[in-house]
Amino acid sequence: MAADVFMDYKFVGTVKDAKVFTDRVISERRMNRLASSINVTLDSASGNVYIETAKGRAVRPLVVVKEGKSLLTKRHAEQLAKGEISWSDLVKQGVIEYLDSSEEENALVAFFEKDLTPRHTHLEVSSVDIVGVATGLVPFGHHNQGARLLQGSKNQKQGIGFYAANFPVRMDMDTNLLHYPQIPIVSTVLHDLSEYEKHPSGQNVIVGVMSYQGFNMEDAIILNKGSVDRGFARSHYFKPVITEELRYSGGLLDEIGLPDKDVKGYRSEKDYRFLEDDGIIYPEAKITEGDVVIGKTSPPRFLNAMDEYNLATSSRRESSMSLAHGQEGTVDMVFLTENSEGNKLIQVRLREERIPEIGDKFTSRHAQKGVISLIVPEVDMPFTASGIKPDIIFSPHGIPTRMTVGHLLELLGGKVGAMGGRQIDGTLFEAEKEKDMRAELLSYGFKENGTETMYNGATGEMYKVQIYIGPMYYLRLKHQVRNKIHSRARGPIQLLTRQPTEGRLKEGGLRLGEMEKDTFVAHGASLLLKERFDSDKVVLPISEESGIVAVNDTRRGRYYCPVSSEGAEITNVEMSYAFKLILDEFKSLCLYPKLELEPKY
Amino acid sequence: MEKLIQEYAEKLPEKIISDIIENMPAGTAAAKQKKIFEAVYNEYRSSLAEPGESVGILSAESIGEPSTQMTLNTFHLAGVSEVNVTTGLPRIIEVLDGRKTMAATNMEIHLKSPYSEGKDVTVVASQLRETPFESFVNELDINITNASITAKVDVKKIEDAGSDVKKVIKLLEKGVKGYKFSEEKGIITIKAAKEDNINDLYKVKEAIKDIYVCGIKGLKQVIPVKRDDKYVILTSGSNLKDVLKLEFVDETQTVTNDIFEIEKHFGVEAARQMVINEINKVLDNQGIPIDVRHILLVADAMTSSGSVLGINRYGIVKEKPSVLARASFETPIKHLVSAALTGEVDTLNSVIENVMMNQPVPVGTGLPNLVTKGIMNPDHHHIAKEDKKAKAK
Repeated sequence: MAADVFMDYKFVGTVKDAKVFTDRVISERRMNRLASSINVTLDSASGNVYIETAKGRAVRPLVVVKEGKSLLTKRHAEQLAKGEISWSDLVKQGVIEYLDSSEEENALVAFFEKDLTPRHTHLEVSSVDIVGVATGLVPFGHHNQGARLLQGSKNQKQGIGFYAANFPVRMDMDTNLLHYPQIPIVSTVLHDLSEYEKHPSGQNVIVGVMSYQGFNMEDAIILNKGSVDRGFARSHYFKPVITEELRYSGGLLDEIGLPDKDVKGYRSEKDYRFLEDDGIIYPEAKITEGDVVIGKTSPPRFLNAMDEYNLATSSRRESSMSLAHGQEGTVDMVFLTENSEGNKLIQVRLREERIPEIGDKFTSRHAQKGVISLIVPEVDMPFTASGIKPDIIFSPHGIPTRMTVGHLLELLGGKVGAMGGRQIDGTLFEAEKEKDMRAELLSYGFKENGTETMYNGATGEMYKVQIYIGPMYYLRLKHQVRNKIHSRARGPIQLLTRQPTEGRLKEGGLRLGEMEKDTFVAHGASLLLKERFDSDKVVLPISEESGIVAVNDTRRGRYYCPVSSEGAEITNVEMSYAFKLILDEFKSLCLYPKLELEPKY
Repeated sequence: MEKLIQEYAEKLPEKIISDIIENMPAGTAAAKQKKIFEAVYNEYRSSLAEPGESVGILSAESIGEPSTQMTLNTFHLAGVSEVNVTTGLPRIIEVLDGRKTMAATNMEIHLKSPYSEGKDVTVVASQLRETPFESFVNELDINITNASITAKVDVKKIEDAGSDVKKVIKLLEKGVKGYKFSEEKGIITIKAAKEDNINDLYKVKEAIKDIYVCGIKGLKQVIPVKRDDKYVILTSGSNLKDVLKLEFVDETQTVTNDIFEIEKHFGVEAARQMVINEINKVLDNQGIPIDVRHILLVADAMTSSGSVLGINRYGIVKEKPSVLARASFETPIKHLVSAALTGEVDTLNSVIENVMMNQPVPVGTGLPNLVTKGIMNPDHHHIAKEDKKAKAK
């Protein structure tokens, strides 16, 4: 039956035999007479033929298979190795072609060459192709559950490492640098392809899979104090302080320098103690919260007519850059330049050493992330018969539900690699076999299953069970408690609503949100709820006649209401300041919010 | 026993009393019987909601929390022909929102015997299906040379379905305007009245495929299914009114999942039951145990006004008495301005207003008031105030 043909979803005509037509298009493309980016699909549901030429489609390369045989032969591989041909030659020869998502529907793609049958139309270029670069970095990934594999690659992206070799001269925002990064013992092909040895982001550490006094419940991990002291996962945190000399209308501009004492909002002399004559801090100054980094003054916000004659006092405002609440560090580098608008730009980089502490986040490469819950003195650490003490104690409870078998295999592989003095290949689908690794481990005089007899570090008693222990590649993640720890009992409030400020930098409160409020209501804890919301409590005089807020004339010591008659009764009412504010907003909408007072009891 | 039943008739619900009677071992001594009734009564009392219990929020939390655990991927029976059904969280949201247009309407048509035993089920089913023109066409082509569409129709099939070609052409003419239809020996030729390009002609060709010819309008898919020895017909699409008119349909059991259709034909009480059934169906499907009383409360809240209202700003939120509560939910200015126009008074009787003003909310420990000498009638504040005003005058 005749089929309708669509080109980029536009009807262009009909063909007698759709199958013959599509096959012809495909063969013309393979003979390099049509562009390799053209795809053609015979949609079996509608019987229509769709040709696609539009840009922006996702296409992927596949090896063409004919009669159960891959067109990519050994000869091609040899020629490629010698550099006689390139990838694009293979595409031109029709050995490799690009399929889009719709043409893929009609293809039967073999994953491995050994799986090829006469029915197959294509072969995957490489089995690692099924994942991307970052996911390919997970060793023994084919032993992990799919969701974990993706999570593992996501976690790796947050790892602290050696992110750029020119880090000393870069002004990065908010970066971390790991002190002694290592390349993993268990690696993959993608580690080579991505030149991982030039920018590694983790360290090989001994991991003991066991519990330790219950401190590693809920994914927590336990660190060896000795390892921490020796520099395990130590890193530096860099953070810039940036400001520029802005130009304002009327020829006014900001001025970077030590502010005069008569400037509006002058802090104390102590706050400026680190500034040099140019108003900028000197390198290697150790500063904390409140210290000024860059001194700056700005012109007044509103020009007052009187100010022009008032030369005695400066009308400039203080607008220095200082460290916000809870911040500290050492000045690492000072950088002066100008920005694209020609304004003077000053960037100061702060540096802070970050030693692993309780609450810092770590992960293996298998989505087994956890937070340090305890740092144990080295003497109390469990040890093996040969005296090996783990750097990290990892809880076995993380394994069964998450089914990350790759995590366990990496440990085994790490042990074999460490003993054999070689790197273990953990590439997706092509990794070394567990059986071989076990045999090799046995030949080194270890138990083939990777477990060892261990002794309690505190008492010296032998543990009744064998402990699975060996080297693994662990990454320190950029989430550190130091950047997040926060608490508040009292502190700054917002000017408008008189409610506590928001956010850690502003020493803000922790919001009791709508759903949290509901839990109080569900418990019937009415008065507790009121107390929790008392942060903006005010007592206001309300005129019982007009029902709006009255005036408290403190000079005469009396209350009056400008819109009520003389002698109207005025009563003090307790309410939240935010409510008083909304009453004012109603008034600005020309609505009259009249409060009708009643005795409370 | 009789005396006891009478004594507890007012204290206990009927269902509990009948359960006791049913489960009471024969020959239980009268004293023991009384003890049993007393124990049941105490248990019943202790499981009642206490005064001031915030049942609404408890229901919301009890339904809301487990719903977050619900997976979006619903279970499908692979290979079994199935109608398109909305399940899971989307369906719950659909029901609670009181949405008039649903993602997928379905019917469950029960049949009267002999049909329910399997007699002519497929024939019955095919009579129900809304059949488009496409299924009567053997060949449908565009003739590019004279810019026309030719459709070879199966005349016998049309006549079997209780129609004829002329009627079909009339229906087609209604469906696509501006085209001429002619018929000759079972071949319908369609030509544009004016000049026409091929792309438009193609659109017409696709359009006439879907034109309704016979069956019951709205029933796109019809699948007979055997359920506990009886045949039931599942449909996608719903048309309760027309289906119930058919003589082979068991009108006592046939249902649709369109709550508004139920409300229209059977009233609000039936709609309330449907809300409960539909939510329960999803929860059972997902294996989430939620006490029915939470769902009953939601269904009551949705239907107590006399018609089905969704839980949103057009539905039951609109019915809230407090201006401030409504304004705090959505579209505040609309509510505030209309409140100002009508001079609404907010008596601060529910939670949100009191949270806004930082006053104790009138639930739980915040509910009881203190009775003092100052007020003449503590139960009727406003009366007391009016008295005061009268005196002042």
